[in-house]
Amino acid sequence: MLSFLDTLAQGVLLGGLYALFALGQSLLFGVMRLTNTAHGDFIILSAFVAWSLAVMTGSPWLALIVLLPLAFAGGYLLQRLVLNGTIGKDPMRSLVVTFGLAIVIQNVLQQIYTADPRSIDSGGLNTATFQLAEGFSIGALPLLIFAAALALTAGLQLLFDRTDLGRAFRAVSDDREAAELMGLDHRHVYALATGIAFLVVAFAGTLHGMKTTVSATDGPSLLLYAFEAVIIGGMGSFYGTLVGGMLLGVTQDIGFRIDPGWGIWTGHVVFLAALLLRPSGLFPRTR
Amino acid sequence: MDLLSTRKLDAYYGDSQVLFGVDFEIERGEIAALVGANGAGKSTLLKTVCGLLRAPREAVRFAGEPIGGLAPGRIVRRGIALVPEGRRLFPSLSAEENLMMGGYVKRAGPWKLDSVYRLFPRLQQRRAHPAASLSGGEQQMVAIGRALMSNPLLLICDELSLGLAPVVVKEIYQALEQVCRDGVTAVIVEQDVAVAQRVSRRLYCMQEGRITLHGLSSELTRERISRAYFGV
Amino acid sequence: MTAAFTVLRATRASRIGAVAAAVLVLWLSTFPWWADPGWMREFEEMSCYLIFALMWNLLAGYGGMVSIGQQAFVGLGGYALLVLGNHLHVNPFLAVPLAMLATLALAVPVSFIAFRLQGGYFAIGTWVIAEVFRISIANISAVGGGSGTSLTALRGISRSTREAATFWLCLAGATAAVAAVYGFLRSREGLALLALRDSETAAESQGVDVTRTKRAVYLIAAAGAGLAGALYFLGNLRISPDAAFTVNWSAFAIFIVVVGGVGTLEGTLVGVALFYLLNKLFSDYGTWYLVGLGLLAVVVTLKFPAGLWGFVSRRFDLHFFPVHRRLIPPERDRACAT
Repeated sequence: MLSFLDTLAQGVLLGGLYALFALGQSLLFGVMRLTNTAHGDFIILSAFVAWSLAVMTGSPWLALIVLLPLAFAGGYLLQRLVLNGTIGKDPMRSLVVTFGLAIVIQNVLQQIYTADPRSIDSGGLNTATFQLAEGFSIGALPLLIFAAALALTAGLQLLFDRTDLGRAFRAVSDDREAAELMGLDHRHVYALATGIAFLVVAFAGTLHGMKTTVSATDGPSLLLYAFEAVIIGGMGSFYGTLVGGMLLGVTQDIGFRIDPGWGIWTGHVVFLAALLLRPSGLFPRTR
Repeated sequence: MDLLSTRKLDAYYGDSQVLFGVDFEIERGEIAALVGANGAGKSTLLKTVCGLLRAPREAVRFAGEPIGGLAPGRIVRRGIALVPEGRRLFPSLSAEENLMMGGYVKRAGPWKLDSVYRLFPRLQQRRAHPAASLSGGEQQMVAIGRALMSNPLLLICDELSLGLAPVVVKEIYQALEQVCRDGVTAVIVEQDVAVAQRVSRRLYCMQEGRITLHGLSSELTRERISRAYFGV
Repeated sequence: MTAAFTVLRATRASRIGAVAAAVLVLWLSTFPWWADPGWMREFEEMSCYLIFALMWNLLAGYGGMVSIGQQAFVGLGGYALLVLGNHLHVNPFLAVPLAMLATLALAVPVSFIAFRLQGGYFAIGTWVIAEVFRISIANISAVGGGSGTSLTALRGISRSTREAATFWLCLAGATAAVAAVYGFLRSREGLALLALRDSETAAESQGVDVTRTKRAVYLIAAAGAGLAGALYFLGNLRISPDAAFTVNWSAFAIFIVVVGGVGTLEGTLVGVALFYLLNKLFSDYGTWYLVGLGLLAVVVTLKFPAGLWGFVSRRFDLHFFPVHRRLIPPERDRACAT
């Protein structure tokens, strides 16, 4: 019984990390129907940049603080200069361009940081645990990551539901031309969305880098987890993405306990099953 | 004095020409009607004025300035607001949020949420409902209110009466007349000639991309309008 | 005025192209007698990429379904070859077309899952499916598990025979793939596909069964990918899940098709030739070479949406593999019109 609770807890906390991966993608797809195949690679990129910043400043938290404005600016410029030209009915353009970017990022990282995996020094946080019962303890860092995921989910949902900018996001997503008639400049609004998505990416990358080692080619796996969390939870809802992430985490964890070789596989299969049974996800909003 | 005017305006969808030398004027403070059959070019003319369709710079003038070819965002900032055909409300936003989107551009003026609710009291009860769940008439009210929220000098209304019961149409146009008494100039596009003639001071008729008739609504006979409408 | 219209398809360029192609294939088929085995291997590799890229182009450029998971079928084709050859003791050369059919069969249930998604999410979903296959096979020790295994079925055959047979199979496969795609696009089904690509609703109103047509395209593309996989690993002699199911297949296909020109047959051929050249010249630069490929794909997509061949063919109105029909009015009407 305890071991079951343990699996559940680890899975839920892992789900927090997956939700962090997924939130940025959920945002981008929600606002502009953009599928960014380089999403995972941007997370890894921010992990590596955070690593370098942590080495320079001596603290991972300082690194994160420096990284956040850089990430926002990077996302804004990327959208404005490159991705805005790919938005449209045909997904081919955005898929090919982001795929090309993914290859560029992976290989540039490999060139600069070599193929060696790295980890951000968390000052012991990644080994700290809380013991809840005999044989049942949860890690401090996974708990922190889950808290961050919860906070960011709530923050994004609040942004969308209550602020002028969020309203603009929803309007431009519904009907871009009508929004333009209200005076909205979609190029700027899209870029703001990407900037915010990259803020989440910066959090995800930094925390991920503290929890485990990262290497230049890890990006694609993260993309798939993010994508699965979004689909399982349902497109158009940030809380849905959070729940989707948790379900994915739990599923993978159960798979790992049964046989380490089949852990990720279990997640993929459950995702495909969810696709067959409920393609609109668990908490779909009308889109 | 002209608030809006077009001079010899040509417009194209790709390679095919859809407007042929359109001359169109409205004076400040009046309601002008634009009538014509489907495909006559009415919506196209509106799109050129609102910036959704390209036009030569000097061909469209507003408040003394050339505005042809400007982006829709720039045009709404200058004081032209469109109530689009079919309403085009934002379905994932509530009625009130739609109104607030109208105020995105933050032009100074008397129109705020309160004033819109005074004009359309029924909307106040329905303010939190998703736009898609409102009745046709209520949606039209939201669409008009949304356009008013940008405090326009000129309000352009494309097919207000489409799909609405006559009693609702009457209510909507009464509200519009109230709005214009408060200082907004309006262009209405209508397929229903009777309504158009009753509400407007000046009437234009279009057929196949050309203006075939214009004059004071009070002076034009139904017979003349029919001829211009159908091109007989 | 019931005079008949003539429907013309061939152009002068295409007639020249047809002759040139036939000559090329004939010349290539003599390779096993005189050419360096290294060249033959390079040709075999490129013909596999060509087949895979043709299939990706069919799926994305004509079927409107962009997929980053077609490598699933490459891997299935390769492993089907392995199972047929090593475990079922089928002649490995005969096993190639059989592996293709096995892949086709497996693609049917897969298509039902994949079709639950659309657009960008379809693309990533197909990648997930490829990963499921990769991990599954990596966990089966009977086929070599994670580290892969060799094609022992080829052991009893002499070197020169093996090299020749592999080469001819690749040549035949590539030629058949080009011919099949060309033939399909010129057929009635192909016309339906072109209509579908331009507008699904319009095509549907004309009686085109959208889902069935799309599924047919998906299955053909899968079979072709399986063929490419079987041929590739026949030549490689060794297979592993990472090599068989790597997303690099899709990456290369995307590069070849997009840079060459999406939706045209000539574009894919130009793309493969370019890819081969770049490979030969720059692959020593390792990661920077790949960065260059990635950037090239990005720039071409943004600045030359019709690809390099598309740009040229539109400028000079060149069509070697014409799939469009031109309507020539009868003599009488033409005189009247002028």
